[in-house]
Amino acid sequence: MDHAIHTDSTLDPAPRPYWNPYAAGVALGLILLGSFVVFGRGLGASGAFTRGLARLARSVAPAWVDANGHLGGYFAHGARWWDDWLIFEVVGVALGGLAAALTSGRLQVGVDKGPRISSRVRLLAAFVGGGIVGFGARLAQGCTSGQALTGGATMALGSWAFMFAVFGGAYALAWFVRRLWT
Amino acid sequence: MIPLHPATFVAYTLAVLTGFGFGFVLERAGFGSARKLAAQFYLKDMTVLKVMFTAIVTAMLGLTLLRAAGFVDYDALWVNPTFLGAQVAGGLLFGAGFVIGGYCPGTSIVALASGRLDGLVFLLGTGAGILAYAGVYPRIADFAQRGGRRLLLTDWLHLPYGVVALGVTVLAVLFFVGGEYLERRFNAPHNASTP
Repeated sequence: MDHAIHTDSTLDPAPRPYWNPYAAGVALGLILLGSFVVFGRGLGASGAFTRGLARLARSVAPAWVDANGHLGGYFAHGARWWDDWLIFEVVGVALGGLAAALTSGRLQVGVDKGPRISSRVRLLAAFVGGGIVGFGARLAQGCTSGQALTGGATMALGSWAFMFAVFGGAYALAWFVRRLWT
Repeated sequence: MIPLHPATFVAYTLAVLTGFGFGFVLERAGFGSARKLAAQFYLKDMTVLKVMFTAIVTAMLGLTLLRAAGFVDYDALWVNPTFLGAQVAGGLLFGAGFVIGGYCPGTSIVALASGRLDGLVFLLGTGAGILAYAGVYPRIADFAQRGGRRLLLTDWLHLPYGVVALGVTVLAVLFFVGGEYLERRFNAPHNASTP
């Protein structure tokens, strides 16, 4: 039922198979729907990072954060950094990921990488890629969770544009960085 | 009437549970692995496309049914405002970072929770990128804030909600058929077993 992509050179092959992608998609869709029904909003991830990071940065450079047009708003009314729906949701994501990894036998310390590169190159690429993703997510005001899934399900025009741009950007660059993965 | 909007304490407890389900499914779908995610962009494993579009269509059709039955107040739902230029530019960057770094923010949390060091480093990079954005924000604020209206596909296409919902569903099915074909084409048995 599954392709063997999940095995690699540094991590053991998964003892338990992944779910069927369509079944996983329906499960994810029902969670997303439940979020709309209960909270009137969808899922998210990058927004919680920004919030937590704004708090961290504020303890180092309070004047800069408060004056910053992008980060300052989080503390405009003396709000506590953790007092936000998204923070609690992301804590849940980490716990859910941990529980799923534990119960599938995939909880294992290691580096997930292509066969042709060293772990050092992989970690460097992860940092650089993460940086570009962080920048892009703030510019787009959301990531794959907050824009593509959430805005996709509510038919938000800009979220659909974001989603196709993500695939476009990734496919356009894939050939040039193929050494990282193939 | 939907949304229910429970009190803060209940909402935060349910938020953790919602996130728990989200993270659990992401891991079970295989999204704690950068290799599996990146394989999407080499046409060898279309799981990202399948999971994303199945989830979007499931939630969209659920909202469509609830709306048709008169249970949901669509105007009270949070819909991402459209900042077309910023979202296209941000999306292109995001996609480039995704294929270089192997994760997106949500999946990197799941990777870290599974013990993946590259997930941790990706997260640190994401933090650096967010700070860099905050740094340049004053200079690009005009571009980033251009737009901001609640615009739906229905407004853009001038079509009724039900027709667009059907169209999105058909589009997803076409993607699935294409995805299955590409997997067979690019993931022949001789290169299916790694490495």
